[in-house]
Amino acid sequence: MPKMMSLEELQALREKVKASIDLREKGDQAEKMVIVRVAMATCGIAAGAREIMSYFLDEAQHRNLTNIMVTQSGCMGYCYAEPTVEVTKPGEEPIVYGYVTKERAQEIIEKYILGGELVEGIIPVSHQSLDE
Amino acid sequence: MAQVNVTIDGKVAHVEQGSTILQAAQSVDIKIPTLCYLNLHDTNMENKTASCRICVVEVEGRKNLAPACATPVMEGMVVKTNTLRVINARKKVLELMLSDHPKDCMACTKLGDCELLQMAERFGIRELEVGKDGAQSTYKKDIGVAIQRDMDKCIMCRRCETMCRQVQSVQALSGINRGFDAVVAPAFEVPLMETKCVQCGQCVAVCPTGALTEKEYTDEVVKALMNPHQTVIVQVAPAVRAALGEAFGMPAGMLVTGKMVAALKQIGFDYVFDTDFAADVTIMEEGHELLERLNKVAHGEKDVKLPILTSCCPAWVNFYETEYGEILDLPSTARSPQQMFGTIAKSYFAQKMNIEKKELVVVSVMPCIAKKYEAAREEFGEDVDLVLTTRELARLIKQCNIDFEKLEEADFDAPLGESTGAGVIFGTTGGVMEAALRTAYEKATGKILENVDFEAVRGFEGLRTATISLGETQLNVAVVHGLSHARKIMEEIKAGNPRNFHAIEVMACPGGCIGGAGQPYHHGDVSILKKRQAALYTEDQGKVLRKSHENPFVQEVYNQYFKEPLSQKAHELLHTHYHKKERL
Amino acid sequence: MSKYMMHILVCGGTGCLSSQSGEIVEGLKKAIEDIGMQNQVQVVKTGCFGFCEKGPIVKILPDNTFYVQVKPEDVEEIVSEHIVKGRKVERLLYENPESKTPISDSKHMNFYKKQMRVALRNCGFINPENIEEYIARDGYGALAKVLTLSQMEVIEEVKKSGLRGRGGGGFPTGLKWEFAYKNVADQKYVVCNADEGDPGAFMDRSILEGDPHSIVEAMAICGYAIGATKGLVYIRAEYPLAVKRLECAIAAAREYGLLGEHILGTAFSFDIEIRFGAGAFVCGEETALIHSMEGKRGEPTTKPPFPAASGYWAKPTNVNNVETFANIPVIFLKGAEWFSKIGTEKSKGTKVFALAGKINNVGLIEVPMGTTLREVIYDIGGGIKGGKQFKAVQTGGPSGGCLTEKDLDTPIDFDNLLAKGSMMGSGGMIVMDEDDCMPAVAKFYLEFTAEESCGKCTPCRVGTKRLLEILEKIVSGRGTPKDLDTLKELSEVIKDTALCGLGQTASNPVLSTLKVFEEEYIAHVRDHKCPAKQCSALLQYRITEKCVGCTACSRVCPVGAISGTVKKQHTIDISKCIKCGACESKCRFNAIVKE
Repeated sequence: MPKMMSLEELQALREKVKASIDLREKGDQAEKMVIVRVAMATCGIAAGAREIMSYFLDEAQHRNLTNIMVTQSGCMGYCYAEPTVEVTKPGEEPIVYGYVTKERAQEIIEKYILGGELVEGIIPVSHQSLDE
Repeated sequence: MAQVNVTIDGKVAHVEQGSTILQAAQSVDIKIPTLCYLNLHDTNMENKTASCRICVVEVEGRKNLAPACATPVMEGMVVKTNTLRVINARKKVLELMLSDHPKDCMACTKLGDCELLQMAERFGIRELEVGKDGAQSTYKKDIGVAIQRDMDKCIMCRRCETMCRQVQSVQALSGINRGFDAVVAPAFEVPLMETKCVQCGQCVAVCPTGALTEKEYTDEVVKALMNPHQTVIVQVAPAVRAALGEAFGMPAGMLVTGKMVAALKQIGFDYVFDTDFAADVTIMEEGHELLERLNKVAHGEKDVKLPILTSCCPAWVNFYETEYGEILDLPSTARSPQQMFGTIAKSYFAQKMNIEKKELVVVSVMPCIAKKYEAAREEFGEDVDLVLTTRELARLIKQCNIDFEKLEEADFDAPLGESTGAGVIFGTTGGVMEAALRTAYEKATGKILENVDFEAVRGFEGLRTATISLGETQLNVAVVHGLSHARKIMEEIKAGNPRNFHAIEVMACPGGCIGGAGQPYHHGDVSILKKRQAALYTEDQGKVLRKSHENPFVQEVYNQYFKEPLSQKAHELLHTHYHKKERL
Repeated sequence: MSKYMMHILVCGGTGCLSSQSGEIVEGLKKAIEDIGMQNQVQVVKTGCFGFCEKGPIVKILPDNTFYVQVKPEDVEEIVSEHIVKGRKVERLLYENPESKTPISDSKHMNFYKKQMRVALRNCGFINPENIEEYIARDGYGALAKVLTLSQMEVIEEVKKSGLRGRGGGGFPTGLKWEFAYKNVADQKYVVCNADEGDPGAFMDRSILEGDPHSIVEAMAICGYAIGATKGLVYIRAEYPLAVKRLECAIAAAREYGLLGEHILGTAFSFDIEIRFGAGAFVCGEETALIHSMEGKRGEPTTKPPFPAASGYWAKPTNVNNVETFANIPVIFLKGAEWFSKIGTEKSKGTKVFALAGKINNVGLIEVPMGTTLREVIYDIGGGIKGGKQFKAVQTGGPSGGCLTEKDLDTPIDFDNLLAKGSMMGSGGMIVMDEDDCMPAVAKFYLEFTAEESCGKCTPCRVGTKRLLEILEKIVSGRGTPKDLDTLKELSEVIKDTALCGLGQTASNPVLSTLKVFEEEYIAHVRDHKCPAKQCSALLQYRITEKCVGCTACSRVCPVGAISGTVKKQHTIDISKCIKCGACESKCRFNAIVKE
């Protein structure tokens, strides 16, 4: 690392390295985030959940969506509809989507997360999470 | 300097900004008690550790009590020095100090001079409530040939440490341990004799309690005096006569030479001689050595070095050997007057009087503690058997039931009791140099020196310099006292002697021997030293002979025994050599 | 660059490292490589999370899963379950102490709910050995901003924030900087006091271990403000990890041009050196600290002169403690106004406390000034261990005092604690329950101060020893009512006359326990009883009517003090009893009591 010789260089470095702890910053501010939780149990992974998760991560970065936090969960029990994705907007009830492909993922981002309108393919949630 | 007004116990004091509360109080005749605080004006000794907390006072607007000795005054400050709160706090602090102090005061060397005891008396301590059966901090006693340390009696005032570090730059003492076990000691608590301590004893001179004292030899002297087979002779150093009277309540600076001689005779010494005589011999040797070196250097002898450094102060010699062991060819090789006297007594005098050497006991009375160490140096054999300080002599006189003040004056015995004014002023800073100049001038020029008073080298400044004309030769001389000043000048010499000094007089104690650590305690009053100094110059002035080489008995010793200064015999008996000391 | 979808943060503070968190980090890294996810999952060793009671801590982000008391053998399960399958390892989750249900998200833990992390903002969040993670958190942004301001503007901002020294005294930091700024000299110094010595307090260590760059940055800011080019950190040699992290941070800052000549291309130059202390408590006092750094004996001198006028090598020197410095960058990033909105009227911002003693959640916490003791002890600390009765809490370490039940709703700040006879100190908080004997507690603190006294001034050297002796007398049953008077009187004199803060506050534990628990002292000296049943010298064993006369006790008594016939109640001869307790542990009928 060559010595920084101006305030601008420090600013530039900060912008560059900010992403490295972005994940932690988001975790710290989880209550203000749109949380995209991809079910990543064996069933989900077999159905392509990992690619879906990467897609969400890439898209969020690509579209510069700083308020989206992509994380994973265990099996949600909807193994027939894998990959499943749960989206929780701040202060709202979580909504679970099934059979998520890249196209549907794009739709979820554009329509639900950004646009606020529901997208088809919602799986009705019939339980409450313990840690709420 | 800006002035500020402060109110102390209702009195308004107008003092310089930066003064302490203690100074401001003194200016309006309020005597705040102090114990650790000590200011030896005109030396660089100011112990301002603020550690004893005896001088605390109430300052309006301040939460806790303030130490008067270390708290600077501020404009409008209101101070109270004698409220109940202050008196109680002081008493309690003193009680704490006493609770960790041995209670066997009657068997203490400092009895009568102990400042802690004086404080207990002043505060009217009657019962020790706190720490009655509490623990006592105890330390191993350290008894050397000159100084003894009984740190059970230490009150952590740190005066000794300040003296050793600041004034003497020796740094043999420092605070060690923590909490209740904290004490001032040499590093790793090794005996003082094994450290770089130079034995000057100035720590003893300022110690308020009996923690630091001289090793006493009065009992040994009495034993020798009682032995019918022994001839016991005594020599008395010049500075003793200017201070001994103080021990008998006489004013400082009163010369008691005659009474002192009478007392020594009454005590039973077979001969009472004068170290001043040996001082005259010292000048013969050292003066000629100076001239010889000057001469050789003038003739381009490369291995002869200048400046010549005096060698009569044993603490200075120790300092030199420890700190400047790689340039041992600078100091004069002449022994000190005490040792010259010892060697002359045990050779020339013993032969002359036909006394067996082993039946002759040489006792010296010195203003100095380091002289005890010097007498014990291996190379000097048994030339001087026992050394007493001025204080010990005073006690011996009292033990012998002598009413000192009423004594008829008496004269020193011949032949080693005759001296000149030059020998007398050896006892003060500047005196050795002046004495040497008186002789060197006449020897170098062959002319008679009319005015023998070399005012330029007199005084109390830590370093004094002068250029003296010895005919065609211009002699650059320096006089220093206090070893920190000696260190400064030595560093200058090591750096190439830019001021081109030819001769330097060094005395370890502030003021020279008059301020020696064996003298009656000055208790911080530096004016006492100046009065003693004046007394010696008065005695010098009153002498018929004021140049060492004019001393008829000195001439006789040379004629009969040494032939001439720097002769082979003189070298053998009157000169010495130095050793490099490596100490912690 | 890897695209991480998950971060695993492992506590690398001294406490967790000593319970094998180092092995956990290595294990996690290896297990994740084994499944080929090293580009998706990042393992980070961080500074302290504060929840030391339950260490080692492993936190998984972004879902905030908080695993406690993790062992190296748990690593495999965390990876195979949580990382691969997304299932949380329930048995490692923190359990709500009341409902006994596991809490998966640390945001829902009471321990963290009421905390506000300003000084500790990066501890447990970033890798302290990676300067870029600090920069990513706006690190050195405050310094960059400061370099565009004038010196006086910087000082004004600190003054406006209301920040007060966190080392104990609570002196306004901005004012201290101003004094050092106004003293003209060819050389000035900034000193960071990291000689943390209060028993049980470790916030400074945690900050240095978890966020060393915040201290480096703050010292540079201070250097700019007062006109110093040299900084010194005085740190105890017993903090090797903090030293290592700090050295690493200083080296990185130099490499990035954030320390050294012409920082960020400006005219300002500043560098930092580390000085080691040998762990003497008194060296936390600024004048003693300075002497120690100069190679002298570490003892204090009377102030004035203050270090701001004559400090290190007699040059103007500003000394601040670690936690104080840790607040500085935030003040400039978020503004003095933001900072001054936190806390109470005269105590702004937050304070870190080290919770210890008889409390469930031992650890390091940070709360806004003004939080009550009750919130700290019960909500964050989880209450008293074993359901016992709360008795007192000692704040301010050995210089502080005891606060009791009636003080629990006092908002904690500098002035309130002083008014209650205690003090903020560096933030030690030791909780005591019904089993703690207050004279014994006072004795414990006096043992510490008497040992740590430098011995320079009489009241501290001899006075603390005498206080200790009296307390020893009291707890051993030899005390008299007169001792209580002496104790009080001597305590006041020491407070009034001692040279430095150590001595002036040494008697606080005595005075405060004497004030609040006088009855307990009286019980010791008048009735020769210890109400808390702690002072063994004051206890007596007695056999109650529950005794069935089985003779077990008399057979086990080593001095034959127990007599009685079979099947009849036995008795103990108190004059013979040596209080060894053998009978009590032998008795199967709970018939032997200590009282």
